[in-house]
Amino acid sequence: MKEREPLFSRKNLRLLSEPINKNNPITVQVLGICSALAVTVQLKPSIVMALSVMFVMGFSNLIISLMRKTIPSRIRIIVQLVVIASLVIIVDQVLKAFLFDVSRQLSVFVGLIITNCIIMGRLEAFALANKPWPSLLDGLGNAAGYGAILVLVGFFRELLGSGTVFGYPIFAELGLFKIGYENNGLFILPPMALIIVGVIIWVQRSRNRELIEEN
Amino acid sequence: MDKNSNTYIFIYAVLMVVIVAAMLSFVATKLKPFQDFNEEVQKKQDILKAIQVDSNAKTAVDLYNKYIVGSRVVNSDGDLLEGQNAFKVDLKKEISKPVEDRSLPIFVSANDDGSTKLIIPLQGKGLWGPIWGYISLNDDMKTIYGASFDHKSETPGLGAEINTEKFQEQFLGKKILDENQEFVSVKVVKGGAENNNPHAVDAISGGTITSDGLEDMMFDCLKPYMNYFERVLTKGGE
Repeated sequence: MKEREPLFSRKNLRLLSEPINKNNPITVQVLGICSALAVTVQLKPSIVMALSVMFVMGFSNLIISLMRKTIPSRIRIIVQLVVIASLVIIVDQVLKAFLFDVSRQLSVFVGLIITNCIIMGRLEAFALANKPWPSLLDGLGNAAGYGAILVLVGFFRELLGSGTVFGYPIFAELGLFKIGYENNGLFILPPMALIIVGVIIWVQRSRNRELIEEN
Repeated sequence: MDKNSNTYIFIYAVLMVVIVAAMLSFVATKLKPFQDFNEEVQKKQDILKAIQVDSNAKTAVDLYNKYIVGSRVVNSDGDLLEGQNAFKVDLKKEISKPVEDRSLPIFVSANDDGSTKLIIPLQGKGLWGPIWGYISLNDDMKTIYGASFDHKSETPGLGAEINTEKFQEQFLGKKILDENQEFVSVKVVKGGAENNNPHAVDAISGGTITSDGLEDMMFDCLKPYMNYFERVLTKGGE
């Protein structure tokens, strides 16, 4: 009899950890950029968005993996979309019922998780061909990699754009405004998120030279 | 059965859709009461904010019952409309009707200092979506006592600033009637209103379209009440 693989074997853990750094969906694969620009004006919506994507991605990977042997390949994209869309609607409804103020802040962006290319990318590339458990880990890992960047970008944009962290006026407390400091309005606008993501990519690649493409 | 045969695909798709539809409608029905309650609490919080009473999701219902002592619905001629619940009037529908057909809700509050305020709901358009708010007036029916605004999807940091204290505070003490008792509303002035102008506030830099939308909203939503206010004032109270 074939020996069963332990739940947290090294291979499975790699599924979880690689997308956070070495194979990060945003900074290495450059996917899911659009929502990273839209929701990262402040830290709190960034975190809720990260958690919502984690839920949707983990479960859609799990469900598609469970269904993978029954899905007719000709309509597999539609099946994937239906699964993702249903999960997103559930997240949206739950947020509206129990986290009302956050759901108002995120407004349309929860619905737009459906269009997040990372999710469908992982379903196509991984869940359709792998067992449920590794698929779940892969989904969670990729969502964590996406979320980590979101939180990082959200932190800098809120700090430098509004001078607050989690709404706490940290720069005002430090007295920076009195000595002539001013918030940088550019950080509030989406293009600045792109520049921050660019800086993160730069830092990551200079620390990890394998990621640099050869020309 | 062949997974790629048309019959299989067809049955598969139908089953999937039915299951998903059933599941989602179940979730939606179960959560609906919570969502409706949240909307109602939010509305009560907004109304309270217009009379400068701070509340949160937990205290809003009690405070609302304490401060809001009455409500009524009038039309643009100033007649009372009987049998309508001011809280339930859907302003979004009302503003799309011609002025004469609108139901105009008014909420009346009794504040701690014994004064009476009238609270008028507002509804308008910002840059990306709807904006709304509440204005409370002193019993002279022209001086603004408090204002609260909110929006659905204005740009954070720019148009979205209309729901900040800093912006709303500017409205306190402004007058919607000029010296001749003509309706002028409050203008939102780009580049900053002159000091001491009782009919203008500073616009939000970078949020011009939202600011303009807010100005239009104030004008369009307050104007229809003027006949009612005049009638109340000439009768010397209610």
